[in-house]
Amino acid sequence: MARRSIYMDHNATTPLHPEVKKEIVKALDTFGNPSSLHGYGREARKLVEASREKVAAFINAEPDQVIFMGSGSEANNTVLSIMECPSKECSCTAEGKRDIITTAIEHPCVLETSKCLQGKGVNVSYLGADCLGKIDAEALKEMLTDRTGIVSIMMANNEIGTIQDVKTLASITHKRNALFHTDAVQAVGKIPVDVKALDVDFLTLSAHKIYGPKGIGALYVKKGVPFCPLIRGGHQERGRRAGTENTIGIIGFGKAIEMRAREMEEEGRKLLELKKILREGIEKNIQDIKFNGHPSDCLAGTLNVSFEGAEGESILLYLDLEGVAISTGSACASGSLDPSHVLLATGIKAEDAHGSIRVSLGRENTKKDVEYFLKILPKVITKIRKMSTVHTKEKK
Amino acid sequence: MSQQEWVYTDKLKEHFMNPRNILKDDEGYQDDGRGVVGNIKCGDQMIFAIKVDKKKNIITDCKWKTYGCASAIASTSILSDMVKGMTLDEAYHLSPKDVAKELGGLPEHKIHCSVLGDKALRAAINDYYIRNGMQDKVQKEKARLVCQCMNVTDYEIEHAVLEGARTYYELQERTKIGTVCGQCKDETLRLLEGYIKKHFNK
Repeated sequence: MARRSIYMDHNATTPLHPEVKKEIVKALDTFGNPSSLHGYGREARKLVEASREKVAAFINAEPDQVIFMGSGSEANNTVLSIMECPSKECSCTAEGKRDIITTAIEHPCVLETSKCLQGKGVNVSYLGADCLGKIDAEALKEMLTDRTGIVSIMMANNEIGTIQDVKTLASITHKRNALFHTDAVQAVGKIPVDVKALDVDFLTLSAHKIYGPKGIGALYVKKGVPFCPLIRGGHQERGRRAGTENTIGIIGFGKAIEMRAREMEEEGRKLLELKKILREGIEKNIQDIKFNGHPSDCLAGTLNVSFEGAEGESILLYLDLEGVAISTGSACASGSLDPSHVLLATGIKAEDAHGSIRVSLGRENTKKDVEYFLKILPKVITKIRKMSTVHTKEKK
Repeated sequence: MSQQEWVYTDKLKEHFMNPRNILKDDEGYQDDGRGVVGNIKCGDQMIFAIKVDKKKNIITDCKWKTYGCASAIASTSILSDMVKGMTLDEAYHLSPKDVAKELGGLPEHKIHCSVLGDKALRAAINDYYIRNGMQDKVQKEKARLVCQCMNVTDYEIEHAVLEGARTYYELQERTKIGTVCGQCKDETLRLLEGYIKKHFNK
């Protein structure tokens, strides 16, 4: 069997869509500052605003509700940091509503920011997840108080793919007059997202998870909700995010969104089919496994699975040697000593988290890729288990 | 994608791909000493088994198995080659640094993964002494209480350093050392500096 190079780590990042690449190459000549009044500037401005319109339309927002930022992480940092601003402009804190509610399965950029804000006197409470990674609406209801300023719950989880019922969670939050933010970095472009139907106040997007360039994200901000910029000192983005626009990134982002609008639906069906083959193949060929995350409310291309007795970093690196790129929830791969906080929050045993891998399929993956992966994976697991202290029983 | 620049050194990669001296379940390996250390909850566990020439006190053969990452696999594989022919005493005093050197270097945050192999080896040597009625030779992991309030030993400080603690604050985060009366701070700082030097040459 010939060695192949297969990328199955699309929740980490994605390759550029060929159309996006073309658009970016074209945009490299557009060097004008969008704020300049002359022709060069106007040309850049036109392209930036065209991208904004595409992004806004895709999530059913108005263009002036979309703020381009350096990343999804920056957007998440910006939203949460509103809570620590004592300025009268940020009316939510002036009312004494500055407590944050978030969840144990958020991305580190939400968790670390929350931790930092806690140190600055902001109260933060964390909702747990159930064994499938779902956030319980009733638990949110109970946790909300009159002091709650904002609730931040991710729409789709990057590690296990579980999708939350954001509409219900936002509605519960609004009943207590708090703001609702969702980190939709893994959701936008994979599942339909409509900010009006969901009725969220803030929503985070990123380009590089949907075949766009890195270093460009966006934040949707509903009209009339309190806001406080994280980066000040410029009128760009209507004073909400200073700094000369990353025109090339924004143009790439716009094209990526345009392609999503065309391809998302069909691709979703394809990925679901591929994941089914993958899941059944793993179940059939490998013993003592456990799938993590929600069986149906899950991103189409995301599959998280634990192998008893096999450590995740070893699995990742043996697969890498065979040309297959995936990721793991093991501590060793992260450089920390703790395994995935998401998997632990779903209540699985630490050893199952250490022995987990995440396969995230994307638009360029084919049935052949999945079949190759299914040929390699059992061999890798057997090799590791043969030298494992844990998995001593090789069942037939 | 390019496989040329791998995460770790070529030697580590080679040992990871072809680990030596794996203990197989079905071969009924007759060892003279066996050590088990680590915990799968923490993500790594190691078994090390040795055969000993009882007249010469020399390790003639060894086998191992692990639940661990690439660094743990490769470093134990190379360790298992290194100890064959060593006296028990020589083998006992091998340090993670010796193993890392043999591998051509390890990233700092990976050193603690490689510690498990020589820890299991020392446990196996002690097990050999116990089985052969040489209790007097058993070398204890010498632990001395440094922080009386929080009950923290020098051994735990060394371990915290291997796991990444470089500052007093980071050490406190891991061990809670000196968080009550703080009298042990000076000694702790001396030990901290010493262990960083010992393991990371800094």
